[in-house]
Amino acid sequence: MFQAVLFYFFAAALFAAALGVILSRNPVHAALFLVLAFFQSAVLWLLAEAEFLAIVLVLVYVGAVMVLFLFVVMMLDVDVERVRGGLTRYAPFGLLVAALMVIELVQVIWFRGRTDAGLGGFQPTPDGYSNTKALGAILYTEHVYAFEIAAVILLLAMVAAITLTMRKRPGLKVQNIAEQVAVKAKDRVRIVKMETEKRQ
Amino acid sequence: MHGYHLTIVLAPLAAAIVAGLFGKKIGRAGAHWITIFAVGLSFVLSALVLKYLYWDGGHAENYSVYTWAVVDGLRMEVGFLIDRLTALMMVVVTFVSLMVHIYTVGYMHDDSGYQRFFSYISLFTFSMLMLVMSNNFLQLFFGWEAVGLVSYLLIGFWFKRESAIFANLKAFLVNRVGDFGFILGIAGIVMFAESLDYATVFASGPAIAAQNIEVISGVPWNAMTLICILLFIGAMGKSAQAPLHVWLPDSMEGPTPISALIHAATMVTAGIFMVARMSPLFELSETALAVVVVIGAITAFFMGLLGIVQNDIKRVIAYSTLSQLGYMTVALGVSAYGAAIFHLMTHAFFKALLFLAAGSVIIALHHEQDIRKMGGLRKYMPITYWTALIGSLALIGFPGSAGFFSKDALIEAVRESHWHGQGAVYWIAYLSVMLGVFVTALYTFRLFFLVFHGKERMDEKMRSHVHESPWVVTGPLILLAIPSAVIGWFTIAPVVFGNFFGTSIAVTERHDVLAQLGREFHGSWEFILHAFQQSPVVYLAAAGAVTAWYFYLKRPDLPDVISKKLSGLYTLLVHKYYFDDLYINGFAAGGRAAGKFLWQKGDELLIDGIIVNGTANTIGRLAGILRQLQTGYLYDYAFAMIIGLTLLLGWMLWF
Amino acid sequence: MIGLQHYLTIAAVLFALSVAGIFINRRNLILLLMCIELMLLAVNFNFIAFSRHLGDETGQIFVFFILTVAAAEAAIGLAILIVIFRSRRTINVRELDSMKG
Repeated sequence: MFQAVLFYFFAAALFAAALGVILSRNPVHAALFLVLAFFQSAVLWLLAEAEFLAIVLVLVYVGAVMVLFLFVVMMLDVDVERVRGGLTRYAPFGLLVAALMVIELVQVIWFRGRTDAGLGGFQPTPDGYSNTKALGAILYTEHVYAFEIAAVILLLAMVAAITLTMRKRPGLKVQNIAEQVAVKAKDRVRIVKMETEKRQ
Repeated sequence: MHGYHLTIVLAPLAAAIVAGLFGKKIGRAGAHWITIFAVGLSFVLSALVLKYLYWDGGHAENYSVYTWAVVDGLRMEVGFLIDRLTALMMVVVTFVSLMVHIYTVGYMHDDSGYQRFFSYISLFTFSMLMLVMSNNFLQLFFGWEAVGLVSYLLIGFWFKRESAIFANLKAFLVNRVGDFGFILGIAGIVMFAESLDYATVFASGPAIAAQNIEVISGVPWNAMTLICILLFIGAMGKSAQAPLHVWLPDSMEGPTPISALIHAATMVTAGIFMVARMSPLFELSETALAVVVVIGAITAFFMGLLGIVQNDIKRVIAYSTLSQLGYMTVALGVSAYGAAIFHLMTHAFFKALLFLAAGSVIIALHHEQDIRKMGGLRKYMPITYWTALIGSLALIGFPGSAGFFSKDALIEAVRESHWHGQGAVYWIAYLSVMLGVFVTALYTFRLFFLVFHGKERMDEKMRSHVHESPWVVTGPLILLAIPSAVIGWFTIAPVVFGNFFGTSIAVTERHDVLAQLGREFHGSWEFILHAFQQSPVVYLAAAGAVTAWYFYLKRPDLPDVISKKLSGLYTLLVHKYYFDDLYINGFAAGGRAAGKFLWQKGDELLIDGIIVNGTANTIGRLAGILRQLQTGYLYDYAFAMIIGLTLLLGWMLWF
Repeated sequence: MIGLQHYLTIAAVLFALSVAGIFINRRNLILLLMCIELMLLAVNFNFIAFSRHLGDETGQIFVFFILTVAAAEAAIGLAILIVIFRSRRTINVRELDSMKG
């Protein structure tokens, strides 16, 4: 019962945060609402006994990705008012589509499936069960190739982000040491023979 | 004899091919020598065939040369039926053709299309022989169309003249109308007799006559009547019977030898020949014969009238040809087939003669054809004058001439043909042929007097050049004048009243007017006397000639006065009863309007506009609307995906 | 008891909200990226709910990978955004229409 109260409370907070993300006029506020949404999610996941992922969500998203977002938003100095101009025109349509989708999904979830399947709540985990341990046990055995690929993807993302954003400025002076070492005298000095100039 | 038959047909064809394809190599002289030789050979052999069949008492032959195809038991063959009717036609065709070949040497002397012309007329001779010698309907149709084709080519021989092109197209189109009937008739024969062979079809004639056919459901027609009328429609086209006559006067745009050969002596008589050949069928349908009589009578009289107001020398003779063809048709309609063929033969001689004489005049006057600019040519062109006189006398039926015997026998046959009843048909036929005699004499001698007598109306320069034509022109005139003058004397007895045709022409007892007349026939001399004593024909002809003399020599001012007094009638005649106007403004313009409508509305608007371009335009317009959706903004595509997802989910949930 | 349906409902609502967010914030690339993050979060909810419901941890492994890929995507996406801003001095999507034919 207490769990249910917690669940509904954090679910409501999650929806409020999500609404804040999509409705706030300032991208900085939106990013902060998103951080809030991630926190609520993490709590909900904890309620579902997915502790490892809840922690990872907070660490990775809130700690890394959202900071990156905030960093970019602030760095770019976007003209907020001009960018948000089209809110009213498309809002009703967007909300209509969203409402339709919610209705449909709720139908699927509550009335079309085996409706009694999840009503008993999740199966309780056995004693001494460690979520992190369990995940680690299969992540490094069954899913080790996917894990490796994920690592490569992260590397790729890093390389891509650097190459995309790095730029060569014209007129930037750098040393080329190999060239400097390999240089020879005749490349630099030319000896010219000439007649002596007559005295004026 | 089989070798003879094949040679007769193939010699002109070979000559035509050589002259046509190798004309440049063999030269002008080569072209005329080879074609004249081929047609001469055909003529000699034809004469031998006739001699064999008549004097030597040979029997008719009916055999197949080559089986072209057999379809479901229907044999399509090339075959010959050589009896006396065929033999007579062969001799007439080859003789006139030979004369025309020789004459052409002079007439076309300066023409650049010399070899082509010889090739055409030889080809024509071949086609006509195929037509008359055929023993089946398919070959008949082949010949029928082939002569039509050559006629088309020759009317448009001077293809740079606009009027010639118009005339040959007109001839071709009008003939199509007739041929449509003709081929339907043949189809009817195939349907009922299931054969194309004459003998088989004739044998099943009574069986066909006993059947009815419902072309319009609920209205039974006698099958034989329908077939005969359809075949006769073909004959109307080819033999230029009203109302399908309009092409013949215009066909005079062709060179004069052609007018003589094709449009007077041979091709136009193909219809007459065909009906005579089909006599076993026509005899079985009195209704069809009545139609034949009425059409022929109308043509004979009314087309003759038109000859009076024409001023083109060839057109006058052309209308005369129409009128004479009408006479033959009337004879066919009263079952006097012998008289019809006899008139066909004599007419071939004297009409070819008249045309060639007209051609001789035309050469002498440097292609002037208007008789109002002629006159007094008698002293310049004596041979032409005398031969033309013989031709004219034969045409009006001067006692003793070939035309007299044939026409008088014909008119007598009409008078005796009581089996059509004493009603309208009989009187239309009889009055038309009687009055026609007067009209014939009037226009013939009007032409003759205006050309050869009276004041010389051509200009001074022209007069100084007028001279008699060379021998290649006058030779055929003389050779044609001889039979025109005398052939009636000794052929009337066998051909009309004797049993010359034997079994090739069938006449039922009740219709056989010639046999009735034959009982009163006692020789040619008696026949002439009888005409003077008991028939108005000779006097009518004399009256016509005298009228012509009075109006055009004695009082040349009178015709104008009369034409002004009777301006209504005169206008009607000058406009040829408005047939041309009806066809050109009615059928041709209607056809063009329908074609234009279908072109503009059907083709351009409906097919091109709506279906073809319309499809493209619609897709283009639709794409123009749809491409508004392709904004190029990523988020719009994302929305499309989301909306699609929503709809798909909704569809799966609720439908 | 709180079970599968409840979590799935949260995921559905979160997903719908992020869709609405994409509609509403169609101008701003950064907000779009944020909405996509929200969407991925909704997906993760589904994975976790089913993983718990079925007692199979593979679903959570998937969430782990999704987080990885999402981080990579955020990094690259922001890098692209910076490049765009640098060359165009704007991140307004309305002006990024070079795909239009």
